[in-house]
Amino acid sequence: MRAVSRGKHRDAPRPDSRRGAVCYTFVRPREDRGFAMIEVDHLTKRYGPVTAIQDVSFGVEKGKIVGFLGPNGAGKSTTMKILSCFMPATAGTARVAGFDVFADSLEVRRRIGYLPENAPLYADLPVADYLDFVAEIKGVPRRARRGRVAEVMDRCFIRDMQHRLIGRLSKGYRQRVGLAQALLGDPDVLILDEPTIGLDPKQIAEIRALIRSLAGQHTVILSTHILPEVSMVCDGVIIINRGRIVAQGTETELVEQVFPAARVEVRVAGASGDVAQALRAVPAVLNVELLPSRDGVQGFLVEAARDRDVRSDLASLVLSRGWALKELHQVGMSLEEVFIRVVAGEESPDAAVVAGDALAVEEAPAAPEDR
Amino acid sequence: MRWLPVFKKEMRLYFGSPVAYVVFAFFLLISGWFFSQIFLYYSDISMRSFMQPGMGQNLNITENVMRPLLTNMSVVLLFLLPMVTMRLFAEEKKSGTIELLLTYPVRDGEVMAGKYVAALVLYILLLVLTLLYPGIIAYFTRVEWGPMFTGYLGLVLTGGTFLAVGLLISSLTENQIVAGFGTFGVLLPFWIIGWGSEFAGGTFRSVLQYLSITEHMDTFSRGLIDTKDLVYYLSAIALALFLTLRSLESKRWRG
Repeated sequence: MRAVSRGKHRDAPRPDSRRGAVCYTFVRPREDRGFAMIEVDHLTKRYGPVTAIQDVSFGVEKGKIVGFLGPNGAGKSTTMKILSCFMPATAGTARVAGFDVFADSLEVRRRIGYLPENAPLYADLPVADYLDFVAEIKGVPRRARRGRVAEVMDRCFIRDMQHRLIGRLSKGYRQRVGLAQALLGDPDVLILDEPTIGLDPKQIAEIRALIRSLAGQHTVILSTHILPEVSMVCDGVIIINRGRIVAQGTETELVEQVFPAARVEVRVAGASGDVAQALRAVPAVLNVELLPSRDGVQGFLVEAARDRDVRSDLASLVLSRGWALKELHQVGMSLEEVFIRVVAGEESPDAAVVAGDALAVEEAPAAPEDR
Repeated sequence: MRWLPVFKKEMRLYFGSPVAYVVFAFFLLISGWFFSQIFLYYSDISMRSFMQPGMGQNLNITENVMRPLLTNMSVVLLFLLPMVTMRLFAEEKKSGTIELLLTYPVRDGEVMAGKYVAALVLYILLLVLTLLYPGIIAYFTRVEWGPMFTGYLGLVLTGGTFLAVGLLISSLTENQIVAGFGTFGVLLPFWIIGWGSEFAGGTFRSVLQYLSITEHMDTFSRGLIDTKDLVYYLSAIALALFLTLRSLESKRWRG
């Protein structure tokens, strides 16, 4: 299933073809999964001639938090707009809590809380009035309304702003009012388009903790540009690029998929002879790269099969040759490296064409507005 | 009954922003000026009719005060009501709030109903304030309440048609100015189309007359309720609201 090309990016899996099916998308068999709260099946959306998303399929288990990653214009917002029943897809199906977003739109809408990009809110309403309206339209009973509104205001730390007009609030507060309205009605599924954008570091931490606390009870799908956020908050990751899913799974799974080899950095001093050659001879070592030397200490990046820990073998080799072992450690692969590898790997074949495409897709979310 | 939250939200927005107050102040100022001029002129004429016997024969408060007042008011409404409806959908589309509104568990029709009823209630409140004028008349002389009631019914129907057309145009654009002037541009031809009937003949004449908003309003202000006129207004309102629904649906498909 994985096409490994020995080109510019050694070991980087690539799609079979630029336009073809994605090769390292992996969807676990149905029986392995828990109850899928969100099921997306071959979803495609075109805005006239522009294809915003193409053949997107994924599932999210109940109670999980999934991060949606991708460059600008990759199709994150489009997917979320379809899931939130704002617009229908051109082809394919999406189900939330077992209901089809097109056929049973109202049932789906009763079970979701949606925060669109940039949190569009009524600038002329005070915070509390606005949330009261949302609670009412979501069908929170009259008696419970006051309490529920107060509760979400507390959870989102906007209680002290409740009498301010939304238009007078700072971006961070507006974002939190947007999150508060999504939480009203206690929805099973939360669809959050860039929930932490425009917040200061302290607010970001608070909101992340809030989202994290939703796990278990609620199923959350959120999009973000901030990669560490996904590691901190999400159980799973979906990387989307130019309208297609290019990778999905847990962070560890993604790292293993994209970087099949484990990496160990070795720094050796006082070496005589060809160290790289010797290292390469160690069993399970796939490749050795030279790193820039520091203060006369030569560094090597050793790639080895994941199923075997080569560190002790490497250490005993270095010691047996009488070299000085200065450093030996496993190099962890972050999600950021996975993201860059996956997205860049997609775009490298013919950069010019790709750049043009990316632009076209980037315009897509803005284009649909009719005049 | 999920239109109620939308209705309440629209009312909060009307009265939470200067819109309602500006519309009220402007309309009451203009219609008050009309009323005072018409009423002073009427009292002047009736005074003179004392001097010249026979002149007062055709003097009638409904014919000479209420009818011109209501006609003038309906012309002012033609300019004013597009300002009431222009923001209803255009503003939501511009600011993006429509994305949230249309993903709440309410039908598009309920959203539309909430907005239309809010505009209609605002307009009826405005008309209630103008009841001051018949009240002033009643202080001096006898008012014919029957024709006055039908006159106001005619105004409600005319205004209701303006509001429905305004709602439709507002759903077609995200620019409030375009929505306002577009509504005015659509309504004005229906106002002046009746003038052409003077010089047209046969079927064409009756078609032009039937299309004219003035013609139908006039029947009401004379104290008549004709099903022909009711059908005219109610079908125009229904058509505009139906097209608004279609426009919302098409907006969803196009994103």
